[in-house]
Formats: sequence, C-alpha cells, structure tokens
Amino acid sequence: MRLVRGGRVVADRYLRVLDEAPIPDSVPVIIPAARFLADAAELARREAPTGVLWPNNRRISELVPYLDRLALVALVFPSFKDGRAYSQARQLREQHGFRGELRAAGNILRDQFLFLVRAGFDSFEVVKDADAAVFAEAVRRYSVFYQPAGDRRTPALRARLQHARPGVADAHERV
Amino acid sequence: MYLYDDFDRTLVAERVAEFRDQVRRRLSGELSEDEFKLLRLMNGVYLQLHAYMLRIAIPYGTLSSRQLRTLAHVARRYDRNYGHFTTRQNIQFNWIKLEELPDAMADLARAGLHGMQTSGNCVRNITTDQWAAVAPDEIEDPRIWAEILRQHLTLHPEFSFLPRKFKIAVTAAAHDRAAVRVHDIGLRLHRNGAGEVGFEVVVGGGLGRTPFVGKTIKPFLPKRDLLSYVEAILRVYNQFGRRDNIYKARIKILVHDLGAEAFAKEVEAEWQPIRDGALALDPAVIAEVAARFRYPDYAELDDSPPELAQARATDRRFANWLGNSVANHKVAGYAIVTLSLKPEGGPPGDATAEQMDAIADLADRYSFGEIRVGHEQNLALPHVEQRELPALWRALDRIGVATPNVGLVSDIISCPGLDYCSLANTRSIPVAQELTRRFRDLDLARELGRLHINISGCINACGHHHVGHIGLLGVEKNGEEYFQVTIGGRADENAELGTLIGPAVPYAEVADVVEDIVAAYLELRDRPNEIFLDTVKRVGVEPFKERVYAAR
Repeated sequence: MRLVRGGRVVADRYLRVLDEAPIPDSVPVIIPAARFLADAAELARREAPTGVLWPNNRRISELVPYLDRLALVALVFPSFKDGRAYSQARQLREQHGFRGELRAAGNILRDQFLFLVRAGFDSFEVVKDADAAVFAEAVRRYSVFYQPAGDRRTPALRARLQHARPGVADAHERV
Repeated sequence: MYLYDDFDRTLVAERVAEFRDQVRRRLSGELSEDEFKLLRLMNGVYLQLHAYMLRIAIPYGTLSSRQLRTLAHVARRYDRNYGHFTTRQNIQFNWIKLEELPDAMADLARAGLHGMQTSGNCVRNITTDQWAAVAPDEIEDPRIWAEILRQHLTLHPEFSFLPRKFKIAVTAAAHDRAAVRVHDIGLRLHRNGAGEVGFEVVVGGGLGRTPFVGKTIKPFLPKRDLLSYVEAILRVYNQFGRRDNIYKARIKILVHDLGAEAFAKEVEAEWQPIRDGALALDPAVIAEVAARFRYPDYAELDDSPPELAQARATDRRFANWLGNSVANHKVAGYAIVTLSLKPEGGPPGDATAEQMDAIADLADRYSFGEIRVGHEQNLALPHVEQRELPALWRALDRIGVATPNVGLVSDIISCPGLDYCSLANTRSIPVAQELTRRFRDLDLARELGRLHINISGCINACGHHHVGHIGLLGVEKNGEEYFQVTIGGRADENAELGTLIGPAVPYAEVADVVEDIVAAYLELRDRPNEIFLDTVKRVGVEPFKERVYAAR
C-alpha cells in the first residue's frame, strides 16, 4: 500500500489504532468508528490530530456532530465495485462542509482516482505501487466533465453558457 | 438530431484513449481478467460464449445517416458483417477481437458514438419514445430531457459503482412507447392542473428474476428539479441498495422492501438539501441543450396526396405495408415509417452492413438523414413525405426491411439466447425464427391483430417476456431446454406482468403451444377487433391453459 496525497506518494503520519490497543496521546491516530463513538466527547478533545475510520454502511449523520474536531475521515471501499463511500464523501464535503483530510481506504486502484477526487477525497491508500506512481497522470485523463460534484470543476452544462472550456487547472490544487 | 459540440467530442475521445490504455494493460498482463472486467463492462464490452461483444449506445434511439454508416463500417471491418439492435436502443456486435476494440471505438467516436455505460453497475443508456418529436400524441420532445440526464449521468463520480445496473426511460406521449413503468426510473412528461409541464416520477419497475411494475413517488416534479431529484434517488439507492446478493440488488427490491412511501421519504430527505443547489436547472441551461437538437425544415404539404391513394388502390402489397408499418406524423403530409427487422426466418433485430448502408442512403433521400431505433428491435424513418411512400416502400422491400408485420405476431422481441450469451438457459433466436415461419401468412397475422411475443432465454429477462402479450421464458430442467409461458403482459401506460399458464413446456413443443394459444384466442374473442390482450383480460388465463394442456 502507498499513501498518495497532494498528488504524490507520501509517508503516512497517522497511526491506525486497532480496537483494543491503547491510544497514544501525542500521535495522529485513526480510530475505528465504533470505538470513536463510544468515547467521542473525550477523543474529540485530543491535542494531536484525530481521524476516524468510517464504514460504508453507517449513516454519515452519526458523525456530523464531531466533524469540526476531526482532522481526518477515512471512508472504506471494501472492493472496487462497492461505491457507497462516494456518496458518503459527497455528503461530508458538500452538505456538511467537512474540510479535513478525506481519505479513501480499501481496494483503491488507478481507474477510480478521478472519481474519488471528484467526490471530494484528497488522500488515497493505493493498493498497487504502479498505480500510485501514475496518480497525477490518471486524474488528468479527462479534461471535460458533465456534472458538478465535490471538486470545483465547472460542469459542461454551465460552461457552455459561459462559452468557456470547463476548468481544468484549478481542480488539482486540493489533490 | 442532437449535435455534439467540443465538450462531447473531447470526452468521448478521452474515453477511447483511456480504454486503449486499459486494453494494453490487460494484454500485457498488468491487469487481471477480473480487474479488467469492471473496466471493460463500463465501456460496453462483454465476454460472451464465443467472443467479446461490444454494445454501442444509441441515445434516445436517434441516429444520423452518418452514424448508421459508421455502424455498417464497424460490422464490416471488425465483425461478421452484421449488428444486432437490442431492446434498449443499443446495437451489439458479437465477434469483435479484444485487440481491435480500441480501434473500433475510435472509429465510432469520430461519428459521436460510444459504448460508455452500456453495461456495468452504472446508469445505462437513457431511452425514450422512438417517435420522439414526430408523434402526434406527445406534448414536447422527451429527448431533450434524456440528453440532459445523459450528460449529467455520464462518468458520474458518485454513481459509477452502484449496487447494480440502472435504467432510465422518458416518455412525453399519451401512449407510452418507452415502457417507462418497467424501468428503474420512469419519467412521464405531462401537464398538471396549472398547465405546467413536469414529470411523473416512477421508481422500482423492472423485469428480470423479480418483476415489478414501478411505483409513482412524485406525481408532478417541476422541470428545474429533474437532476436534483434523480440525484437524490440514486444517492438513496447507492447507499441502501443491497450488495450482498446480485439478484436482490436492483432498486426495485429496495423500493419493495422499504415500501414506496418510506423510499419516497428517504429520497425527499436527500433531495431537500440539494434541490436549490448547483443541480437546479435554470431555463438558460435547458434552452442551451434544446438548441442543439435540430429539426427538419418540413415542406408545406397536405395529408393523403393523390399519389398515395393511387398506389394504395393498385398495389395490394403496398396497401398492406402502408396499413401496417406507416404511422401518422405530427406534421401534415409526412409519415413515420417503421422498418421491420423481423423477416420470416430471421433473427429479430439483426441488420447487415449492406442493409445499414442502404437505410442510411434512404434516410438521406427521404427522411432528412435521420433514423430511429425502437425498443421493439425495429428501425424507423421518422420524417417521410407521404407522396414518397410508394418509392420508399419499393426500396425497403428490395433490401428486406418491409415485412408488414409491425406490432403483429411475427414482430417478435427476443434476447440473443444460448447462441451467444453465457447466461442463457435456452436458445431464443431459433424459437423466434420458427415462430416467424409458423406465422408467415400475413393475412392471418393481420386477422390476429396486435399481438406481441417476447422471448427470454433466461430469467434475466432481456427479451422482456413478462410484458409480452405472450411471454416465453427459457428454463433448464434436468439439462433440457424448457419454456415457461405467460400471457397478458404489457409494457405500455397500463403496464402489467403476464400470468403463467402452467408447467413449462419442452423446447420442441413451444411453437405448437403458441399456435394453440393463438387458436384459442381466435375462438374466444367476442369480436374481430378485440385484441388478444383484451380477450385475456375478459376471460382470464384458464381457457388458454385448458387448450394448451388438455392435449399434453
């Protein structure tokens, strides 16, 4: 697995804490959803950045009260085919205004990168090294987009009215 | 016609480049067949029994003559000289080589054609009335809405990995020729009490293993809200549709399990926060899309010109075809001509490269260069001057697409079946071919009136057997091919599922059984113009059942 953030392969500063393990104070951690919710008020007060690993069959509304104190939400793709977390991502970004790191975890392959970026993800736990290496290229595969989504690209229906080509350049800043 | 602009052309070209790279990775072994499968499916590429199959979308069933010539070219250059028109306004090529697929797609892309989202668990080709913009009974052109939806849902970042495939159909006519009530979402344009035009939104219809007629969850949706509301439906489905069992993954199961009311409530909750956002359609956006549909510059003509009356009086074959295959056009002096792809003994929906080229030429000469594809697997020339009908008929007859059996017993809808498909239990095409031979007598077919036979070679119901007036479903019993027989189904505005008449019958007897049903109908109907469906409705299935099983 390789973590891609800002368009590049980077080291993961977060520690993934399993269900029973103690949570260290001064380290950025990612905590499973059930454990986080069991002790949410306490955990949200941690000094170091706190992230939560949120399963794709749990409603985002349960997480909403804690969003402004979370540095990261990791959403899960148990398989390439299971697209539930795309909806969760868009809800977090577009409806609940989550501005922290939104991480795609699980079975992440190159052919999803652009969809993930458009849904609002900005970090990616990529399964294959070769896929991680071509991230920047893969998200530039398309230059036109038909629909508005969690990124800031101008959709074609609007862009046509402005007689301009849809935005490409500014779209990659967040990645 | 809808005219592609730079946006559309660029996107399709980028898609071809992406697919070329994916094929390269597959051929070099970088991608396993399993990983490649999902990618190829999203481009309409299936692996069938004998070869890869490529399915090309024909959005809202409208083709230009240039596009049809491109399809002919693909049939000739990459396939075995023919293509197969499907029940969802697509065309399939059955024998394309993997390594040639990117080139075939590039050729198609140059004519504005593609296979994007014609398979896979995403929103499929959006279909509509094949008589859109020419039918006298429609309130506006439904293709504008199909196009707005097509664009919005193409490579949609949220809805490309749904629990299962997702089919949307739109109609704007009093008579539903798009079968909207058996789609995942069916949209019916209509006028409300205040005179505004909007959509009735129907969800959860579908055929397959568990057939349902869809439920109306929004009797009137304003046009501006179309995209946001469809987005809300898809968001509910994407999150809560079942993923544990492929046979229970369609939206119809979710709607059924939750109940239409509770489902509608979930949709409402997703819809309210987004309805006034970026998806609200302002009139300028709608007008921009509408402006790229080009309509013919019709001449001022009168209905029923003398040339037509004369040909009808002097040529019985022409008169029969005129009575069967020609429909009223909304513009005086014009007609809509259906081209039967159901010749005696032929596989339903197949056209050769030569036929496609010839039809493209005839479209240029007689129909403003436009061709339509209908879900009954026939083609249509939508804008033909009535006075040209005799000449057009002679030309169509020469190329074998003027069989006057449209809507009649031999106008059979059929899936490809075991001759091509890896899912099928039974053959379908040979059954259809045999039935067209049994009912080759066109006088008898006319006497029988409107009667639709639909054949599916397995429970996935690609031949829409549940909504056939007579439906045949292929099943396997101890390694043998059998057919279950239903009657009384229909796909129109009064959509209903057919009723099973009894135990499955062996493959070899299925044509006899259909003949028995037809004979029973002739005896049971109370007047010559009571169509088969109405007789079934009036007398029930019992008398048909007796007739079929008494002797077996």
